[in-house]
Amino acid sequence: MNTSTPRFAGYGLGLRKEHYRDFLETDVPVDFVEVISENFMVEGGQPRDILRRVRERHPVVLHGVSMSIGSADGVDRDYLRRLKSLVDEIEPLFVSDHLSWSRIGRFNSHDLLPVPYTDEALDTVCDNIDIAQNALGRTMLFENPSSYLAFDGATMTEWEFISAMSKRTGCGLLLDVNNIFVSATNHGFDALAYLDGLPFDRVHQVHLAGHSPGRDLLIDTHDSPVCDEVWALYSNAMARLGPVATMIERDGNVPPLSELLRELWIARKLGIYAQMAEHEEHAHDTRIAEAA
Amino acid sequence: MTLAAWQQDFRTWLTDASKEAARRVGNDAMHGLSVYQNNYRGQLIECLEHSFPQVRRLLGDEAFLHAAITHVNHHPPHAWTLDAYADGFGDTLAVLFPHNPDVHELAWIEHALTDAFVARDAEALPLDALASVDWDAARLRFAPSFRHRIATTNADNIWTALSADAEPPESEMLAEPGGLIVWRRQFVSCLKRVDAVEYEALLHLQENASFATLCDLLVERLGDADGVAKAGALLAGWLGSELIVGVDGV
Repeated sequence: MNTSTPRFAGYGLGLRKEHYRDFLETDVPVDFVEVISENFMVEGGQPRDILRRVRERHPVVLHGVSMSIGSADGVDRDYLRRLKSLVDEIEPLFVSDHLSWSRIGRFNSHDLLPVPYTDEALDTVCDNIDIAQNALGRTMLFENPSSYLAFDGATMTEWEFISAMSKRTGCGLLLDVNNIFVSATNHGFDALAYLDGLPFDRVHQVHLAGHSPGRDLLIDTHDSPVCDEVWALYSNAMARLGPVATMIERDGNVPPLSELLRELWIARKLGIYAQMAEHEEHAHDTRIAEAA
Repeated sequence: MTLAAWQQDFRTWLTDASKEAARRVGNDAMHGLSVYQNNYRGQLIECLEHSFPQVRRLLGDEAFLHAAITHVNHHPPHAWTLDAYADGFGDTLAVLFPHNPDVHELAWIEHALTDAFVARDAEALPLDALASVDWDAARLRFAPSFRHRIATTNADNIWTALSADAEPPESEMLAEPGGLIVWRRQFVSCLKRVDAVEYEALLHLQENASFATLCDLLVERLGDADGVAKAGALLAGWLGSELIVGVDGV
């Protein structure tokens, strides 16, 4: 498998129905757009036509929600065939999905269910990623999930699992900063320790989103602006990452595009500041070393 | 416990709310499992609400929610895409509302329109391609988005009114059953109620594809002159509305 996923630095938005017209008729100041793959894995009609036309204007990331790489049953070959057809036509910047499972037997929950962090699950996930990457003929990115329960028999942390998964399969990572915050809050781990444990050279894209408080846990709802704590964590991650593709996800209470572009501007600004600060610190250390 | 067994227990919790399965998924996991079950059920109900907005308006929120919950309880999703979850909802409505054919037909209309919206594309047939057709041998091809069912009520009128935010007409049975047809013309999904003769003609054509035998059928129903004239008029309408997108034997 060719593991040379391209490096791409820029700032993008998720393409949602509410903004189709904006993206088709105006020059929206984004460096790329991301779409939910399954919405366009259809035989024909307007959705696929819209995607073709948007693709003429912007690089496109295909982000899936149904690959189910954590399924003990393996990945669905028919699903991969449909995705491959879309990939071949759109020639996306990245193809991504989630570290999760949704399907067992004939049942498909259509939800991103948690993977237990065990050796058996790691073997399953890696086998499934190998199958998917071979079927698509390219490396994929996989996103760290939001989770609401911890598995009793886990033998490793989520970041250890992700690191091992990436190392074994050569896949890239899609770092969802909001998901780290949500899971860290729900399970009581240190979000910075999570970042410390990640192989940053494998991260090709960053997601930002909002969440909502549930009765007992934070829920990854994508229906509100990015909160201050997530912006802070994002700044920390960007200082380590360097230039990387970054985008805002909004799936509920979708506001006018101008509002999302304002939020994206914050991401852009913080990303640049974080990298400048990192550069300054590095330069400072170098000056001290030279002086010494 | 193997990963497969754990995932089966997780599935059982989602679909049946089995406390025993939940305990095997994880000790002290109920808060989290409740979130997953809520997401699972909420997403399926939302899918049905999104797929059948006019059925929901006709039935009212409470009756629709009851129908959606019944469907979720008895029909776990199987397909790779959530959109396919709408496929069997019409059957659930038929069980819950056995004496409301208007509801069944309205649900069919909404589902067929959604289906047609993403059906395989087809180019309209250019009129000059018809000049050299040998109509005795011609075989007609429908748009891939073509769907049909028998019509017994004025559900099409109800759908039209509800879609325009207007007061729907009272439900009524048709004096004579006809057909409901749905197809996509370029990117626009179309709905039409056809009379019994046109519906029989469409069914015949779908089975036989032959324009010549269609003429024979209509001559048998309407007589020589009217039958041939009707066949010509129907064909012109179907070609003009892009219901027919191919004529083989040109």
